[in-house]
Amino acid sequence: MRGRLLTILLLGPAILASLVFVYLFIVWTLYASLTGWNSIRPLNGILPDFPLVGLANYQALFATQRFWPNDIFNTAVFTVTFIVLSVAIGLLLAILLDQHIRGETLFRNVFLLPMALSFVVTGTIWAWIFNPNTGINQLLDPLGINAARDWLLSLAPLKPLWDVLDFLRIDLLRPGLTTDSRSALGAVVVAATWQMSGFVMAMFLAGLRGISEELREAARVDGASERQIYLHVLIPQLRPVLVSVVVILGYISLKIFDLVFVMTRGGPGTATDFPSIYLFVSAFQSQLWGQAAAIAIVMLVLSAIVVIPYMWSQLRTETQA
Amino acid sequence: MNGVAATRSSAGRRAGRGFALRWPRLAIYALLFLFTIFYLLPVYVVVADSFKTLREVNTTSIWQPPAGLDFGAWASALTPPLVGSGGIGPGLVNSVIMTVPAVVISSIWGSINGYLLSKWRFRGADLVFAFLLFGMFIPYQAILIPLVQFLEKLHLYGTLAGLALTHIIYGIPITTLIFRNYYSAIPTELVEAANVDGAGVIGAYLRVILPLSVPGFVVVGIWQFTNIWNEFLFGVTLTNDPSVQPVTVSLQNLAGSFAALYNVQMAGAIITAIPTLLAFIFLGRYFIRGLLAGSLKG
Repeated sequence: MRGRLLTILLLGPAILASLVFVYLFIVWTLYASLTGWNSIRPLNGILPDFPLVGLANYQALFATQRFWPNDIFNTAVFTVTFIVLSVAIGLLLAILLDQHIRGETLFRNVFLLPMALSFVVTGTIWAWIFNPNTGINQLLDPLGINAARDWLLSLAPLKPLWDVLDFLRIDLLRPGLTTDSRSALGAVVVAATWQMSGFVMAMFLAGLRGISEELREAARVDGASERQIYLHVLIPQLRPVLVSVVVILGYISLKIFDLVFVMTRGGPGTATDFPSIYLFVSAFQSQLWGQAAAIAIVMLVLSAIVVIPYMWSQLRTETQA
Repeated sequence: MNGVAATRSSAGRRAGRGFALRWPRLAIYALLFLFTIFYLLPVYVVVADSFKTLREVNTTSIWQPPAGLDFGAWASALTPPLVGSGGIGPGLVNSVIMTVPAVVISSIWGSINGYLLSKWRFRGADLVFAFLLFGMFIPYQAILIPLVQFLEKLHLYGTLAGLALTHIIYGIPITTLIFRNYYSAIPTELVEAANVDGAGVIGAYLRVILPLSVPGFVVVGIWQFTNIWNEFLFGVTLTNDPSVQPVTVSLQNLAGSFAALYNVQMAGAIITAIPTLLAFIFLGRYFIRGLLAGSLKG
């Protein structure tokens, strides 16, 4: 009995800190998003002492081009392309490394190295690589790729493809790269993929290694080819890993801030603007705290859609185990 | 059953090269090398360009190797020659002062939470665990504005202590999670035995659990160190003065003060990355374990 009381007492600080810093703070943000707190006057009490304005901040937000559709569009394009690229590269690398590769550890460490870096470092480096005057254009020019690119862009049958990529802002054939609104988002996606695909590889590799050898051998004995074993036996087994990966990458991309802030600052114009950048500017530069709080709540809802079903199922399987 | 399984596995072994795809080995290695180039090209750029002189910056593209090993850009990145143009030197010191106590405290705190939640399973322990874990799944923007107000009221806004406190508190979910999973593998009987000897909650922790916790502390310590060192959002919003900004914010500012000088920016990027890179290179095994543990399924 004494043990139980002490246990709860010792957990108390963590419970209290979470209650205040996570749960109450979210409620606080929600409340602030319903007030007309859009000035630099400091708060008198602990709550925003400004009149309640209902959903006015949200209405204003969704009436602002920069946020709707622009920021939400960018978030959607970034999230989907970043996840698809990272999963494709991560899975491919995991399967390649699963082939009894000489120097597997070395390859693995090279692919994982970016995970040790800050998004600020990654952004600093990639900003220069995608700088149209000093970066990748200069590297590829001697190979004749710049001419090949112009030729590709001029091909009439491919025009619809370029139009779609231009529209999605990921057309990296545009030589302006981070300075062209048709390609800037693509540059950010590549940098983010460089940083995170190694992590995806590690997850899938751990998943592949966790599959019992007997399952593979059983399929072998049944006469399946190695390709079939991967397609029909191993990859389906990786489903839980895939779900985890997609949720984690989704969570990262829905709140992406530092990488974009350093690489493009949301530009050119608002071509790579995200809710996080708009929030930062609203709160810390324009003092539009009510509006910033509304953006925060929209971001929270977006993450919740991705994360809550996942967390729920994880905790359920965990308590069942 | 056993017999069948044994025959199958020996048949598999006889078939030779394990489970290799029937792709030509050369193609597999060629692909791996291609990706190696993709991953290492930015690393080459950042290292090579950090050794360039001002003159080379103006005459070469970022891809050309430096003429020699010139550390001028490194020096400029740390302490710029012009007064008031801001280098990452102070940020580096700030990051160390802020990160070290934050890592130590949050690791110990997570260890205690994880121990209590896995070895003293009271009714509702899973609920408490879920309650603590939730903070891991929110975008920090959702708590950022009240956090600024709160720290201001406590006169901790714009201080390294406030930043460290923030990292400690938002580190609770992940440190608790990793330690809880880690301690689940330690037999509860050990704790019970110590308890029979009258050790109690704290005694059992100190005598039984703590001595077995070193690998757990390494994993959590590296995870927290990497995350806190690399963090930017809290750093840029909770500090307003270069004298208390962490290194990631200083590096970002460096891009403003040295707009065209890519050698200085690259040198700054390397210096910022060195501490976490060293952790990755020398303790990579634990780094990867933390990475996988952070994705819940550990």
